[in-house]
Amino acid sequence: MLSVSKLSFERYFERVFEPVSFELGAGSLLLVTGANGCGKTTLLRVLAGLLESSEGELNCHQQPLYAGHHPAIKDDLSVAENIRFLMNFMGRRETPDKVDDDLCQEVIEKIGLAAVAQQEGRTLSAGQRKRCSLSRLLFCDEQLWLLDEPYSNLDHEGIVMLDGILRGHLENGGACVMTTHGSLRPEGFELQECFMRSGRHTSTWQAA
Amino acid sequence: MSKPALSTAFWALLRRDFLLAYRRRAELLQPLVFLLVVVTLFPLGVGPSPQLLANIAPGVIWIAALLATVLPLDSLFRSDYEDGTLEQMVLSGQPLALIALARILAHWLVAGLPIVLLSPLLAVWMNLPDAGVPVLIKSLIIGTPVLSLIGAIGAALTVSLKRGGQLLSLLVFPLYVPLLILATSAVSAAVAGLPYNGQLGLILAGMIAALTLAPFATAAALKLSLS
Repeated sequence: MLSVSKLSFERYFERVFEPVSFELGAGSLLLVTGANGCGKTTLLRVLAGLLESSEGELNCHQQPLYAGHHPAIKDDLSVAENIRFLMNFMGRRETPDKVDDDLCQEVIEKIGLAAVAQQEGRTLSAGQRKRCSLSRLLFCDEQLWLLDEPYSNLDHEGIVMLDGILRGHLENGGACVMTTHGSLRPEGFELQECFMRSGRHTSTWQAA
Repeated sequence: MSKPALSTAFWALLRRDFLLAYRRRAELLQPLVFLLVVVTLFPLGVGPSPQLLANIAPGVIWIAALLATVLPLDSLFRSDYEDGTLEQMVLSGQPLALIALARILAHWLVAGLPIVLLSPLLAVWMNLPDAGVPVLIKSLIIGTPVLSLIGAIGAALTVSLKRGGQLLSLLVFPLYVPLLILATSAVSAAVAGLPYNGQLGLILAGMIAALTLAPFATAAALKLSLS
C-alpha cells in the first residue's frame, strides 16, 4: 500500500532525518516513536505529499488521509456544521442507505460529541477539538491513514474509542502510520515500530 | 474512492464561507464603514467647493474602494492556514485553483459587491455629475473583481508570514495602478461627454485575464506558503 525507499527531507540544505525505508501492506500499523523535534511530523507531511521529499522514492497507491496537529475546525461554526462541511468537501464513504444528516448525526454520536453538537468550535475543549478533527476517520474512505500524535489531549475513554476505530480500519484492510513521542501508544495491536533518534542536525531511523 | 464531485465541493466551500461571513458580520462592516469615512474626510480636507469635489470624485471614490477591498484581503486565507483547513484543502485532491476561485468569489460577494451598491451614495456625497454615475457603477462592477482576484495572489503569498498585511499592500497596490487609471479616466470622460467605452473595454479585458489566470497563480502561491 505504501512503499518508501531511502526517503529524506532537507530544510535549508540540512537533512531533517536520515533516509527512511519501509514497506507497509494492507492491515498493518507502523508506529513511529521518537523524542520531540526528531522529525516525526515532517516525515508524515512528506508522506502526505504536503512537503516535497529531497531524495528517495515514495510510492503510495492513493491519497492518504492526514490528521495532523491542526484540527481544521472553524471556531465560528458549530461541531455539526464543521463535520457537514468536511463530509461535503473531503468526501465520505459510500453509504447509499444514509443521507448526509443521518450520517452526520451518527458520526457525532460515535465520536462522543452529541452533547456539544450545536456549540461553536471556539467553546470546545482541547480534547473535544481533537475528537472533532478525528471524526473524519469515521466517514472518510481512504485506505491509508497518517495520524500525527492522535492520542494527544484525548481522555481515557477517547483513547479506547480511537483504538477501536483503528482496529476496525485495520481489519477492513486499511493501513496506518502513526507517530507518538512515547507515553501514549496503541494497546494490543500487532505493529511494526520504528524509532527516530535526534542527531545533532539529523535524525536517524532504526527499526526497533 | 468517493471523492465528492467538484461542484459539490465548490458549493460546500461557498456555503461555508457565507456562513462564516454571517457569523463574523461585524468584520464585514468594518471595510464599508472605512470606505464611507474616507470619502467623508475628503470634503473636510480639500474644502467643500462643489466644483473641486466633482473634479476629484472619480479618483477619491476609486481609491477608497481600493483601500476598502484590500483591508479584508489579509484574512482571505489566514484562518484556513492557521487552523489547518488549508492543508486539508490541498490534500482533498480537488483542483486548488478552483478552491481559490471559490474563496475569491465569496470575498468579492461580501467585500466588493457592497462597495458597488454603496457607490451611488458616494457619488452624491462627492457631487459627481449625473452623467458620471452609471459609468462609475459599471467600472466598479467590472473593476472590483480584479481587485479581489489580484489581491488573492498577494494574500496567498503572504499567508505564512505573521504580519503579512503591510507587505500584501506593497505587493498588490502597484498592480492596481492600470486599473485605477483606466477607471477614473472612464468616469472623467463620461462627465466631460467624451466616449468612455475604450477604458471600460480594457478593464473588462483585464478582468477576464485576471479571472482565468489569477486562480492558478493563487493556487501556486498557496502551495508555496504551505511548504
